[in-house]
Amino acid sequence: MTHFIDRRLNPKGRSTPNRRRFIGRIKAHVREAVDASVRKRGITDMEAGTDVAVPRDSLSEPSFRHASKGGTREGVLPGNREFQAGDEIPRPQQGGGGAGRKGAPDGEGEDDFVFALSRDEFLDIFFEDLELPDMIKRSLAGSSVARPRRAGLSVTGAPANLNVGRTMRRAMGRRIALRRPSDAKLEELRERLFALEAVFEPDAAQRAEIMRLQSEIEALTAHRKRVPYLDPLDLRYSHFEPQPEPRAQAVMFCLMDVSASMGAREKDLAKRFFVLLHLFLTRRYETVDLVFIRHTHLASEVDEQTFFYSRESGGTMVSTALAEMNRVQSERYPASEWNIYAAQASDGDNYQGDSRDCQIWLESELLKICQHFAYVEIIGEAEARILRDAARGTELWMAYREVAERWPNFAMRRVAGPADIYPVFRDLFARRTEAAHG
Amino acid sequence: MADLLFDGPDWNFDTLRRTTEAIEQIAREDLGLDVYPNQIEIISTEQMLDAYSATGMPLMYRHWSFGKQFIHHERLYSKGVQGLAYEIVINSDPCICYCLEENTMPMQALVIAHAAFGHNHFFKSNHLFRQWTDPRGILDYLDYARNFLGRCEERHGPGRVERTLDAAHALMSASVFRHRRPAQPSLRAEAERAERRIEEDERAAHYLWSRLERERRPHDHENAAAERRRMLGLPEENLIYFLERHSPVLEPWQRQVLRIVRNLAQYFYPQRQTQVMNEGCACFVHFHILNKLHEQGRIGDGAMLEILHSHSSVLFQPGYDHPGYGGINPYALGFAMMRDVQRICEAPEPEDREWFPSIAGCGDWRGVLKEAWANFRDESFIQQFLSPKVMRDLRLFALRDAEAEDTLKVTAIHDEAGYRALRDTLARGYDLSNRSPDIEVIDADLAGDRVLRLRHVLRNEVPLDPREREATLACLRELWGYEVEIDEMTG
Repeated sequence: MTHFIDRRLNPKGRSTPNRRRFIGRIKAHVREAVDASVRKRGITDMEAGTDVAVPRDSLSEPSFRHASKGGTREGVLPGNREFQAGDEIPRPQQGGGGAGRKGAPDGEGEDDFVFALSRDEFLDIFFEDLELPDMIKRSLAGSSVARPRRAGLSVTGAPANLNVGRTMRRAMGRRIALRRPSDAKLEELRERLFALEAVFEPDAAQRAEIMRLQSEIEALTAHRKRVPYLDPLDLRYSHFEPQPEPRAQAVMFCLMDVSASMGAREKDLAKRFFVLLHLFLTRRYETVDLVFIRHTHLASEVDEQTFFYSRESGGTMVSTALAEMNRVQSERYPASEWNIYAAQASDGDNYQGDSRDCQIWLESELLKICQHFAYVEIIGEAEARILRDAARGTELWMAYREVAERWPNFAMRRVAGPADIYPVFRDLFARRTEAAHG
Repeated sequence: MADLLFDGPDWNFDTLRRTTEAIEQIAREDLGLDVYPNQIEIISTEQMLDAYSATGMPLMYRHWSFGKQFIHHERLYSKGVQGLAYEIVINSDPCICYCLEENTMPMQALVIAHAAFGHNHFFKSNHLFRQWTDPRGILDYLDYARNFLGRCEERHGPGRVERTLDAAHALMSASVFRHRRPAQPSLRAEAERAERRIEEDERAAHYLWSRLERERRPHDHENAAAERRRMLGLPEENLIYFLERHSPVLEPWQRQVLRIVRNLAQYFYPQRQTQVMNEGCACFVHFHILNKLHEQGRIGDGAMLEILHSHSSVLFQPGYDHPGYGGINPYALGFAMMRDVQRICEAPEPEDREWFPSIAGCGDWRGVLKEAWANFRDESFIQQFLSPKVMRDLRLFALRDAEAEDTLKVTAIHDEAGYRALRDTLARGYDLSNRSPDIEVIDADLAGDRVLRLRHVLRNEVPLDPREREATLACLRELWGYEVEIDEMTG
């Protein structure tokens, strides 16, 4: 009567589609929360999820229901100690003792519906509508990825790959061809036999009929045994063949000016930008290599720690970094196999006359092979107010502007504070639908 | 002395099976319960949260509100504010009963006796469930609903399906048939019938009749309105049913969506009317069966202590001024009443003979209780079986909160003068027609301004929540396509 079923191993995440619908519904709030949390966050925990608080109003599920006040209502309560019929009790304060709802100091009001966004959901929304310029080169070099692909049927295989439809179709064909007696036929004979056997003192004809039926049933049963319902011959399995997949790989060059004029603030801003770009690339490519190049009046390839945290002193020659990038790229990252991205951060200072060299380096070598080259100029808060016009700026800025006009894969922006980073980033990689028309 | 069914807190499928068999034996032979075949499923906490969020059903169509529920419960659970239910039981045939894997063996025994036999018997025998729900078909219907809505999302876009569902959910509580269960013709059958009617009308029309000057009656205008209302089947208490049939703007698939939501609302309606009885029945059954097993020596003392601990914490009824007070606990009230019925049947006091002359001292408490489980709902059960002793034990008192008065007034307490008033008040509180607003469609002139007119009959001058009302009316407008008005009327 009672069946037990162990459901514990059933696939999880039954409510994932509902969760997706829920997040879709409050997209605007989630987006706001993500933006805010990116602005507040340290660099290292950029990838964690976040808590989202949504005002309950936007999630209300209304219905016709009685108001909590007004009219006459009578109810029964338990636990009487001292009341007698006819007693009058002063009305308790609003909300039955609880002091009305108030927003908590951390902005998470009691009325808010709070939930945690997972890392993937966070990044999905974070990078939503962003797009890499679609120049992805796919390469087979060094690829080890093989995806199984359907390749017809086979007579052997794992039980999980059993192709039930095919198998049953073949079994049916075989059963028809070999004239397997049907269940119904056998059942009918049995019933007739049963009816005859129930006859008390059968006559000769009936006895002969019984004998005949018995032998016929025997023959049919034997036939059915010879022609089974399902034969190992019928089994067909879906066959899969591994097929190598071209893999997209990218290298990201981070170029930064580390001369004395770049203080901690500037470096922090630059790092935020690099981290964003790196996160973004890792979501688009299976493998992303990072190359850190720092420069003063000399450029060198360094590791991440040195890149962000050690200090150098010296003058500033931007072109040296570009030359170093060119060297590393031609040695290790052939343009035919790698998608090449570069991000350069600087405060805009450069040795006089060097900006011309930079322009030449970019135009004659680097931009031809780069998918995208982003230049971010980090300026002070005060400067930001003066340099609102993109047409004015340092010598380097002016030189790069000329480059930007000629090369669509070169982009440049100014950043004055942490709050600018994300908008600038979005701006750089926004999906350009209108660009296709213009 | 029989063997112990299990020993220690760990369970496996073997002990579960053995225990269930022992429980079933007592349920059938001692209590004489009649149950659907059981399907007991062991699930993990996450699956329990899943089940929570889809109103307890094993499969459900997809909607954001279920996602919201899930997140809500998950957060409460992970913060430790709220524990999980030990079980969920579904009114289906076979009766599906989810048990949490984390339950100890004594808990599993409690849960199986409670849900798989107590609730199960109630579902199978209570007249409301028998009359209004279709336990054989519910899972297939949900499966159909989910696939249908999935196809709608593909064809018409998730946004439109979501809007239709949102609006339908808002009307769900005002979309049950309270008094009758109408025949359920399919939309196609209805369309065919309408066509046949038109054909009949055409056949019956004779050109001669149109030549005759018909007598003009003075109240023609009013008659037309009455006739119109009659054609629309007004007044109609089931809002979704009316929209589904008569809304001028809905597409066929939207009507089908409304129908699904309406059918679900109707499926849950008996549960809303029998909380006290359903839980009381389940608690009574588990208490009786497990005590029996303990008497027979098949459950050890330690396990019985654990069972009693859970039992009494579920049945705890905090007083009105206790910080944990959240209304009358249906488990506590139902269990107390049913135990008292047993006492009245077996060892009545003079008071009981006066109050319950037909059952006092009759001795057949099994028969009386089964009769009650089968034929009553919360309101009538309380009206019929709430004894003075239960009122005294729970120390009940009635309190009136009238807007016009400055103070709350105690109208009755658990004494000789108050018993009857107290019982009436409590019973009224469980009458769903009292608890949910009384709203019906009274008019809609499809050939004229197409304004849909609703009427809310105020009971005891309790108004609708104004914000909720406006939001719900917006949903109604979405489904009706034209203006919707609601009148308030003192009833």
